[in-house]
Amino acid sequence: MKVTAIEGDQDDILIPPVATVEARGVTSRIRLDIVDRMPRVGDYVIVHAGFAIHTLAPEDARKSMALLQEMAGQTNDNQPR
Amino acid sequence: MTDFAKGMAQGLLSKIKDASSGKPMCFMEVCGTHTMSIFRSGIRKLLPREIRLVSGPGCPVCVTPVGEIDQMIELSLLPGVITATFGDMLRVPGSTYNLSEARARGAEIKVVYSPADALEIAENNPDKEVVFLGIGFETTAPSVAATILQAHRNKLKNFMVFPSHKLMPPALDVLLSDPEIDMDGLICPGHVSTIIGARAFEPVAEKFQMPCVVTGFEPLDILQGICMLAQQVSRGENMVENAYRRAVSWDGNRRARKIIETVFKPADARWRGLGTIAGSGLEIRKKFRQLDARRHFGTREKTVPEPKGCQCAQIIKGMALPSSCPMFSSACTPLTPVGPCMVSSEGTCAAYYKYGES
Repeated sequence: MKVTAIEGDQDDILIPPVATVEARGVTSRIRLDIVDRMPRVGDYVIVHAGFAIHTLAPEDARKSMALLQEMAGQTNDNQPR
Repeated sequence: MTDFAKGMAQGLLSKIKDASSGKPMCFMEVCGTHTMSIFRSGIRKLLPREIRLVSGPGCPVCVTPVGEIDQMIELSLLPGVITATFGDMLRVPGSTYNLSEARARGAEIKVVYSPADALEIAENNPDKEVVFLGIGFETTAPSVAATILQAHRNKLKNFMVFPSHKLMPPALDVLLSDPEIDMDGLICPGHVSTIIGARAFEPVAEKFQMPCVVTGFEPLDILQGICMLAQQVSRGENMVENAYRRAVSWDGNRRARKIIETVFKPADARWRGLGTIAGSGLEIRKKFRQLDARRHFGTREKTVPEPKGCQCAQIIKGMALPSSCPMFSSACTPLTPVGPCMVSSEGTCAAYYKYGES
C-alpha cells in the first residue's frame, strides 16, 4: 500500500505514529510502531492487521524482479513499462 | 495475466520440469495465504505430475485446539464482556457451539480488522471489559504486543488479550520429526518471515536436511519458490533461500521482535493435530498481567476430543487430504463446518471445497 501521509514519530511512546495509505482507490489509516523502517510519503508498505510490518526498498524490489526473470529465463527487454 | 507474466510462468514451469526430471517430489507450504493462492491460481494443475504440493499447519485458526475455542466462547458469555475478534474465528466450532451462536445467545462479539480497533472499543466502552482474541503466528503477534503496550501506557483498565499465538519454527521441528511425514522441501511462509527473517529456518534446513525457500504470494512468486526447491533437490542441497527479498530480509524485523519480547515470553502451546509443543506459544509477561484475560478470568483449557470422524488433525500435518475425510463436502461444508479447516478462509478443506479439487 502506498503511503500518502504520516503523523507522529516512531519513538513517541504515548502516541503511536500513523500513516494514511492507499491501494486501488481505498484509503485507510495504519499504525507504524512495529514497522522495520519508518516510511516516507510515496513509499510502499506491507500491512498486516492494521499495522505496517515492512517498508519496501525499491532496490530489494528490483533484486526480486531480477531474480525472478533470471529463474524464468527472461530478459529486461520483455518487461512491461 | 499479461504476456510478460505468461512468459515468466512458462519459463518457470519449464525450469521446474527440467529440475525434477520425472523424479517425484513433495513440497509443503505452511502458510494459509500460500494455500489459497496456490488453489486460486490453479498452480497444482500446471505443475508436472511428479511435483506434489501438500498444505501444512499454516492456518492459525485451524491449529487452535477445541478446548481453547471453548474457553473463548465461555469468556464471551460472561456478563459485561465484549469480545473482539478477527472474523474467521466466529464460525469455528467449539465442542457445543461457536462464537456466532454465542452471539445469538447474548454474547457481545465484535469483529475487528486490527487489535488497535479492539482497543478503541475499550476506550469507547469504559463500563465493559473488552477481550481481544489473540490468534495468529509471528506476523500478528507484534501488532497485539504493540496494542498491549499502548493499553499499559495509557493505563486502560478494561482492555485484555486472550493470548493464543503460535510460533512456526518449533512446530516445524515437531512436524518434521514425525517419521510418517515424508517431504522434500518447505515453502516457507512469507509474512511470518518478514518478522522472524529467512535465517529462522536455518535450524530446520540443517537438522532435517530440508530445502527451504521463503517466497511471496503472487502465483509467479510461488512458481519461483517451487522452482528453487526442485533445483535444490536435484542438486542434493538443503539450504534456506529467499525468493521474497522485497518483503523479507535475512534478519527480519528486529523492531517488531523486540516489541514481542517486551510483552510476551515463549510458552508451551497446544496445537490441533500436533499436541503440546514446548516454546511454541507466547505468554503475556507478568509486568502486563492485568492485560491478560487468561489470568484475569482464571479460565483453564479443558481437554476436549476432536469432533468424531473429523480428519482436520491429520490434514493439518499434510498426512491426509480433505477428500479422504468421510465428512468432506457432505456433513462438513463451508455452510455447516465440522472442523476448523473448513471454516477459515485459509483452511485446506475450504480451499479444496471452493476450488473443486478432490
